[in-house]
Amino acid sequence: MIVMEVRELTKRFGGLVAVDHVTFQANQGEVLSIIGPNGAGKSTLFKLITSFLPRTAGRVIFQGEDITGLSAHLVARKGVVRTFQETTIFKEMSALENVVIAHHLRSRATSVGLFLNTRVARQDEAAFRDSANEILDDLGLSRVRHEEARHLPHGHLRALGIAIAMAGDPKVLLLDEPFSGMNPEETDRMVAMVRGIRDRGVTILLVEHDMRAVMRLSDRIIVLNFGRKIADGTPREIQSDEAVIEAYIGREDDELGI
Amino acid sequence: MRLRVVAALAGLALYLVVVPLVFRESRYLLGVLTTASVLSLISLGVWLTFAIGRINIGQAAFALVGGYTTAILSVKLGVSFWLCLPASGLVAALVGAVIGWPILRLKGVYFAMITLTLTEAARLAALNGGSITQGATGILNIPLPGEVTLAGVVLVPAFRALNVHLAFYYLAAILLVLGLVTVTRIATCRLGWIFRSLRQDEALAASIGVNVAKYRVLAFALGCSFAGIAGAFFTVSQQSIYPSSFGVPDSVYYMLYCFLGGLSYVSGPVVGAFVLFLGFELLHGLREYQMLTYAAIMITLMLWLPNGLLSLRLPARPGVKADTA
Repeated sequence: MIVMEVRELTKRFGGLVAVDHVTFQANQGEVLSIIGPNGAGKSTLFKLITSFLPRTAGRVIFQGEDITGLSAHLVARKGVVRTFQETTIFKEMSALENVVIAHHLRSRATSVGLFLNTRVARQDEAAFRDSANEILDDLGLSRVRHEEARHLPHGHLRALGIAIAMAGDPKVLLLDEPFSGMNPEETDRMVAMVRGIRDRGVTILLVEHDMRAVMRLSDRIIVLNFGRKIADGTPREIQSDEAVIEAYIGREDDELGI
Repeated sequence: MRLRVVAALAGLALYLVVVPLVFRESRYLLGVLTTASVLSLISLGVWLTFAIGRINIGQAAFALVGGYTTAILSVKLGVSFWLCLPASGLVAALVGAVIGWPILRLKGVYFAMITLTLTEAARLAALNGGSITQGATGILNIPLPGEVTLAGVVLVPAFRALNVHLAFYYLAAILLVLGLVTVTRIATCRLGWIFRSLRQDEALAASIGVNVAKYRVLAFALGCSFAGIAGAFFTVSQQSIYPSSFGVPDSVYYMLYCFLGGLSYVSGPVVGAFVLFLGFELLHGLREYQMLTYAAIMITLMLWLPNGLLSLRLPARPGVKADTA
């Protein structure tokens, strides 16, 4: 079943076409990776899908509904949630507070309701706290829940970034380079974590440079180069695709003998 | 927790009962305390914009908006002060929302600069407001608050029938307590967490479904309404308003009260306003050296206690601290 459809999505920065008529579909419950050399437009594509950048042209259809042009917070509310490169978290809150506030898009109370502490607001708050503890347990963060986020080690911060995204109960989760800067051991743990999320029925779009992790995790892979989609297939197909090899290591040049 | 409740009640009793009883005939002292209370209220509004990570040096503009609202409504249309007061807060909040919507996209020093020019723009608007604001002449002879009756029962007697200074002291005290309760409640409920999330990372806040633009405007407009109410108070207690009644130096002071009181605490602006304003008055005897000494004390405070006066006793609570860069 197709959960998300991206049609002819395009972004121009002046004369530069960062994303050039990219079209693809994501199926329910799969891990779909987007790879490509630096500057291929992967992160820009993510920002376009989640409305963090306005598009030049094209559409994004999520569960049959056109979500192009909605504000970023509304896209998140629909169930399309992104994580950020590096460690984007609320640094001056504890791990638990980070995940509790991240439940915001499930909040039913109005601003006035929050101020007056109505029954709905109190119910929400209790439910968010329980759910946050559960998410932290699932992602192996329960021991550091009261630790201030900026004091957490790198691996935990990445996990916390995903915990924040999970709090919104996403249908489609967009992970932006979750493995960068990780040692093999941390990567293994993160691979298991992403699989666990996928097994809960969450569709995952993954931008990543760590090819070993990408090949292990992905059901399908899309390759971008200079903003254009040059290949689309299973990991095995991608590994033997001429266009992909050319994009990554260049064409063999007979005259130069390389 | 228990101890804090007792301390708060004791402070409240001192503020609302003991001080007015002891100083009821001391017009000067009562006046100084009244002013400090209302300055605290304005600074609480500035604190709300600090809470979302914006340095606001435009608060005097909204005090001016509130002041003129009350002056125009009461002098030209004969509206009772007790309606002018909330109307001033409302008008200031509306103006704040309209102006805040576009300018809150700016951050850091850019937002601060824009708000600074806002203060000056408000003064020029009042100066060139023609017959509405009466230009440099200002609006004079603003009536004192009248009486409030409900079903024949006098709830608040007319101020001219009372010890006016004591009456204004109480009005200021009640406004400040209400303001403090409001802001404390905001800071402790989810709204406070939303504001903190905005201060720490707006993009991340948007990614978790927070309507960033809406909450930014909400915090700013609420802060502006505090300025509007306080502006209305000063206008009626001085029975006049001029374009220069609230200016750039005032805006800077309101911001400094927050800084020097401690941005991490809701009570920071109140402590800052009281300590600094009373301090300034106490230095009165130094005459031409008053400003110099005051400035030296301020600089020393900033160097010695960069997290504000309140960091002296209370341990800094993580997560509530401001990073406005």
